[in-house]
Amino acid sequence: MRILIRLMPLLAAVPLLSAAAGPDRNAQARAAMQSSFKAHGQAGMERLDQDATQALCSRYAPGMPPGEDAARAMAANRASIRYPADGNFLGDWKRGEAIAQEGTGKQYSDDPGKPSGGNCYACHRLSGDEVAYGTIGPSLYQFGKNRGRSEEMLKLTWSMIYDMKAFTLCSAMPRFGSRGILDEQQIKDVMALLFDPDSPVNR
Amino acid sequence: MKASAKKFGFWLAAAVTAACSFTATLVWAQSAANQDPVAEYRAMFGDDNPAELWLTRGKDLWTAPRGPKHVALANTCDLGMGVGVIAGAYAHLPRYFVDSGRVQDLESRLLTCMVVQQGFKQADLVANRFGDGDRKSDLEALAAYLVDASRGVPISLPLDHPQEKRAYALGEAIFYYRAGTHDFSCATCHSQPDKRIRLQRLPDLATPEGAREAYTTWPAYRVSQGEVRTMEWRLGDCFRQQRLPEMTYGSDAAIALTMFLAKNAEGGELAAPGLKR
Ligand code: HEC
Ligand code: HEC
Repeated sequence: MRILIRLMPLLAAVPLLSAAAGPDRNAQARAAMQSSFKAHGQAGMERLDQDATQALCSRYAPGMPPGEDAARAMAANRASIRYPADGNFLGDWKRGEAIAQEGTGKQYSDDPGKPSGGNCYACHRLSGDEVAYGTIGPSLYQFGKNRGRSEEMLKLTWSMIYDMKAFTLCSAMPRFGSRGILDEQQIKDVMALLFDPDSPVNR
Repeated sequence: MKASAKKFGFWLAAAVTAACSFTATLVWAQSAANQDPVAEYRAMFGDDNPAELWLTRGKDLWTAPRGPKHVALANTCDLGMGVGVIAGAYAHLPRYFVDSGRVQDLESRLLTCMVVQQGFKQADLVANRFGDGDRKSDLEALAAYLVDASRGVPISLPLDHPQEKRAYALGEAIFYYRAGTHDFSCATCHSQPDKRIRLQRLPDLATPEGAREAYTTWPAYRVSQGEVRTMEWRLGDCFRQQRLPEMTYGSDAAIALTMFLAKNAEGGELAAPGLKR
């Protein structure tokens, strides 16, 4: 009760303008967007639909979704993670570097016949000599050198690239595997970029 | 834009950049060699902004009788402060208009005026919303002229019509709406201070500082495209990067998001058309 009273002035201070975060907020946005967008190339209107993770994170943004709902959505993301069929986590770091550099893929302006890039450099520092890197995510420079290459570490990192939202529900990082942005071989290649001792990430 | 040699310089730059605009965009997005194209541009051409050329054309488009009905926008178009009043008008947009029964931003208001007053066909105007080299967009030129008439004016949006409040709330909902293959919303890239994608700084658009920095400088001359682009172009292109389908020009989503950004930028002094990479 005390807490409630203390919160009252705070609540009153929330601008009246704010779309009260809640399920209505998503429905409102979606309805307006349905009538404000048109399908273009590979970007069809179904892209305006949200899955449980997207809906929860939008509903509570900029806050975080509460415990139980969030746990359920994270479990669903975890269940969608697939490990490499041959048990081998690492591909070719040179191809991995090209994938990390490539920013196109899945936009209506992109060729749907071409494989998507990972665009890791948009958000991360990776190779030491690439200075055009973004800062939305942490630096991955020296990643393999610092973390080692144990089976456990490889599996954990694979899982994070495959579906970061199994770990941080509202992460900015795309679910590269679960959402079909990168295929198994491409994920192996960016894994090699992170872990191969010869990769510029670890040199 | 005094010396004609300078003018030629602008055109040359515009032509070159337009010709390789696509590759240029990619290169700028990806190479460290070209860290600040706007600074480089200023070093070459000084403080003049090629948007000046759009502005001059926009003034003619505003004042000359045009369209099937052969009337001037200056004598018929109300941007919210009375027919023909342009000084400061952009600083109070988007706003609710009784005649259209809608909240409108600058671009959608221009569409209304050009269709209702001048008799142009909406489809033709929209088809030519973004200019491309020799194919000029009247909407971009008009926008450049009209925002310039609010230069130095602080943004003020009291939102005293309920529909304006609703537009803001809708804009906020869209700003946080995550969807698509990459789970992005505007907030994914634009709601933290001091972040960047590659080398491009990302303004935190949910804060007054970030919103002002961005909103007061659009529309803008884009060096990489050699064109003046409007806020609706900016929003549409960010939606493209968000992997969503195509945002329609003058749509409710475009207007609501513009309202969200403009209101967050309240108090900021307009400095558009700006100059952008
Ligand atoms: C839109 C931005 C974005 C993109 C693109 C992105 N990431 Fe991330 N990444 C993040 C963020 C943010 C984190 C921090 C974790 C979190 O959100 O919980 C992260 C974390 C990580 C981590 C874990 C780091 C640690 O210290 O444990 C790895 C590994 C990683 N990213 C790899 C990649 C790879 C490989 C790519 C490209 C295929 C990529 N990321 C693309 C934003 C991004
Ligand atoms: C994937 C990341 C990403 C997403 C998602 C995104 N943007 Fe952007 N946005 C950018 C980048 C990068 C720039 C800078 C582009 C440049 O320099 O050419 C930018 C620029 C802008 C600017 C101009 C800033 C300035 O100072 O000139 C505005 C306004 C803007 N975005 C609004 C939005 C809105 C509204 C949304 C949601 C519809 C959105 N963005 C979604 C990456 C993004």
